[in-house]
Amino acid sequence: MFRALAEAFVPESAALDEGGWAEAEAIVERFLATRPAAVRRQLRLLIRLLDLLPLLRYGRRFRSLDATRRLRVLEAAQNAPMLLLRRGIWGLRTLAFMAYYERPEAAAEIGYRATARGWEARR
Amino acid sequence: MIEREYDVVIVGSGAGGGTVAQELAPLVKDGVRVLLLEQGPRLGDDEFTGREVEMADALYEDGGGFLTADGTMTLAFGRVFGGSTVVYTGTSLVAPERVIRGWNVPDLAHTDVARRSAKFAEQNNVHLFTPDLINDNNRLFVEGCGKAGYRAEQFPLNVKGCKGSSLCNLGCPNAAKMGTHRIQLPGAQSQGVQMVTRAEVLKIGERSLSVVVRAKKEGEKGAESEWAPGEYHVGAKLIVVAGGAVGSPALLLRSGFGTRLPALGAGFTCHPAHILVAEHERPITNDVGHPKSYYVDRAAEEGYVLETCMYFPFTTAKNLTGFGPAHSALMRAFPRLQMILVLACDKAVPHNRVTVDRDGKAVVRYRFTPDTVEAMVRATRASARIFFAAGALRVHAPSADPPLIERRDAARLDELIAARHFLAGKVSVSAAHLMGGCAMGQPGDTAASVTDAWGRVHGLPWLRVADASLFPDSLEINPYLTIMALADRVAERIRSEARDLLGAGAGAA
Ligand SMILES: Cc1cc2nc3c(=O)[nH]c(=O)nc-3n(C[C@H](O)[C@H](O)[C@H](O)COP(=O)(O)OP(=O)(O)OC[C@H]3O[C@@H](n4cnc5c(N)ncnc54)[C@H](O)[C@@H]3O)c2cc1C
Ligand code: SF4
Repeated sequence: MFRALAEAFVPESAALDEGGWAEAEAIVERFLATRPAAVRRQLRLLIRLLDLLPLLRYGRRFRSLDATRRLRVLEAAQNAPMLLLRRGIWGLRTLAFMAYYERPEAAAEIGYRATARGWEARR
Repeated sequence: MIEREYDVVIVGSGAGGGTVAQELAPLVKDGVRVLLLEQGPRLGDDEFTGREVEMADALYEDGGGFLTADGTMTLAFGRVFGGSTVVYTGTSLVAPERVIRGWNVPDLAHTDVARRSAKFAEQNNVHLFTPDLINDNNRLFVEGCGKAGYRAEQFPLNVKGCKGSSLCNLGCPNAAKMGTHRIQLPGAQSQGVQMVTRAEVLKIGERSLSVVVRAKKEGEKGAESEWAPGEYHVGAKLIVVAGGAVGSPALLLRSGFGTRLPALGAGFTCHPAHILVAEHERPITNDVGHPKSYYVDRAAEEGYVLETCMYFPFTTAKNLTGFGPAHSALMRAFPRLQMILVLACDKAVPHNRVTVDRDGKAVVRYRFTPDTVEAMVRATRASARIFFAAGALRVHAPSADPPLIERRDAARLDELIAARHFLAGKVSVSAAHLMGGCAMGQPGDTAASVTDAWGRVHGLPWLRVADASLFPDSLEINPYLTIMALADRVAERIRSEARDLLGAGAGAA
C-alpha cells in the first residue's frame, strides 16, 4: 500500500525498479525506526484507513484505483475539514518525498548539483 | 548513580551556552570548575556529507521533524555540540532598537545589546560578500525587489573560507560557518572548561542536576561521550540553563519549577515561515553559492521579513503544497527555481507556549493567530510580485488554491493569495527562530516573567537562563547575535557576583 501511495504523491516513483524501491523504503524505515512507537502505529492505521476509504465512493480499495482516482482521494483528504486527516496526508506525503528525493539518483534526475566544493566545481 | 561536583554547570552548547562558556572560561584559572553538558554528539569535520536526511538525523532534534502539538508546524532546532549554530545560515543582524524598546525590560538598553552584538560579530568574522560571490538566486531577488518597489538589504554573514556549497542548514562541510562549535566552545575548552556531549540533563534540583550520558549507537555520527554512559548526579553552586527556547522551559518545567514560576513556557514565538518557489525560463545558479545574501525587512510596517534561501530536494518537496504531477513538474524544474523564505513576525500570546508531557518531553502548543496568517499572506503576495518582477514564469504560493500562479495572472495576486487558502495542516509551515518561554522582565515579577534582565531566575539566585528563551516577545529579525549579546550579559553578571556565588577566590569582580 505504501508503494501505491508513493506513486500517487510522486508519479515518477512508478518507474522505480526493485532496487530503487528497496533503497527508497530503506530510507523511510531508517527514519521511522527512530520515531516513537505511537507515531508508527498511527501511520499504519492511517494507511489502512486510506486503503478502505475509496470503498464508499468507488467501491474499490485505494490500491486498486487508477492514478487519477488515487489522486482525487488524496486531494479530498488533504482538504478535509478534519485537521487530523489533513495532517495525516501531510505526514504521508512527507515520507513519500523523503523516500524518493533522498536517493542520490533523484537529485541527479531533477538537476540538483550542490556539492561541498561549491563554486570550484562549477567555474 | 555516579557523583560529580562543579562550581558552574552550563546546560546546552548553542548560541547561548557557547557564549557563556567562553565568557566564564577566564574563571577557570582562579580555580573555578566549569562544566558544560550537551545532549547532542560532537561531530568530526569529515562527517558533514551534505546528505539531507542523514545530516538532519545527526544534527536536528527529531531528525528535523519536531512538530507542534497539533502537527501544523515543523520546528527546526539543533541537538548537537554547537546547538542550532551548527545548522544556522550565519546571517548576522543586530536587534532593531524599536523591538528592544517595545520589550520594555527594565535595565535592558538597546545600546548595550548593540555593543555586545558588535563584539560577537567581530569574533565571528561577520562581513558582507563581494558581488562575485552572489549567485543568480540572490541577484534576481535584488533585481525583482528593485522593480517591484521593495528595498533589499544585504545580509552580513559570519563565514571564513566559504566555498559556496549552499549546504549551510545541513552543517557546513567546509568548516566555514563560525558557529559556537568553531569559535566560542573550542576557545573555552582550551582555557579549561570541561565539556561533555551525549549528556542530557533530565532534571534540575536545588544546586544539582540529574544527568544521563548515552552511549553512541551503531552507525551514529559523532564521537563517543567524554564520560562513561550511565546516570550522574552533578552538584553545582550555579546552574546556567541554555537549552534553547524549547529545551530550557521544558527542562525547568519537568524539574517542577512551574508552580513557583507560572510564566514558565509562556510567550513562545518562532517567526513561522513558508518557502516560496518560482520557476524561470532558463537555468539559474541556485544550488551553488551562499544561499542567503539578501532580505527585505517589512516587520515594522507589515509584520514580515523576506529572505533569499535555497533548500535541498526533500526539504523543497516537503515545503511545496500538494503532490502529484504538478508538484513533480516543479521539482523537475529545480535548476530554474528561485526561492524566497517568508517569515511572519508573530507576537507572544497566552495560548502559544512550551509545556511537557507525562514523560517530561517538550510539547509546543502553537496556534496561528489571524494576525500571523495575514502577515504570511501579505509576505507571500510581496514575494510573488518580486518573483514576477524578476522574470519568473510561474510562482508557487502555499496560500493560493491551486498554489501555482501563472505569469498571466500576476495582476490578480491580491485575489489569488488569500488567508482563506491558508489551511493549517495542508500548507507547510516551518520555523527556525524559536524564542521565549523563560521571559526576562521586572525583578521578582513571577506572574509575567521568569528572570530579570540578567537571566537571574526570580527567587533562585543559583539558577540562570542564557539563551533564546529569554526573549519576552519575538525579535522580528534573525536572532543569534542578540542571543549571544544577552548570554554575554548573563555571564558578565555571574563574573561580577562570582565571589558571593562561588566562594572565596572565585574570579575578580
Ligand atoms: C536551520 C536554521 C537556520 C538558522 N539561521 C539563522 C541565521 O542565519 N541567523 C540567525 O541569527 N539565526 C539563525 N537561526 C537561529 C539560531 O540558530 C538560533 O536562534 C540560536 O542558535 C538559538 O540559540 P540557543 O542557545 O537559544 O539554542 P540552541 O543553539 O538551539 O542550543 C541549545 C542546545 O542545548 C541543548 N540542550 C537542550 N536541552 C538540553 C538538556 N536537557 N541537556 C543537555 N543539552 C540540552 C540542545 O541539544 C542544543 O544543542 C537558524 C536556526 C536554524 C535551525
Ligand atoms: S555556503 Fe559556505 S558557509 Fe554555507 S555550507 Fe557552503 S561553504 Fe559552508
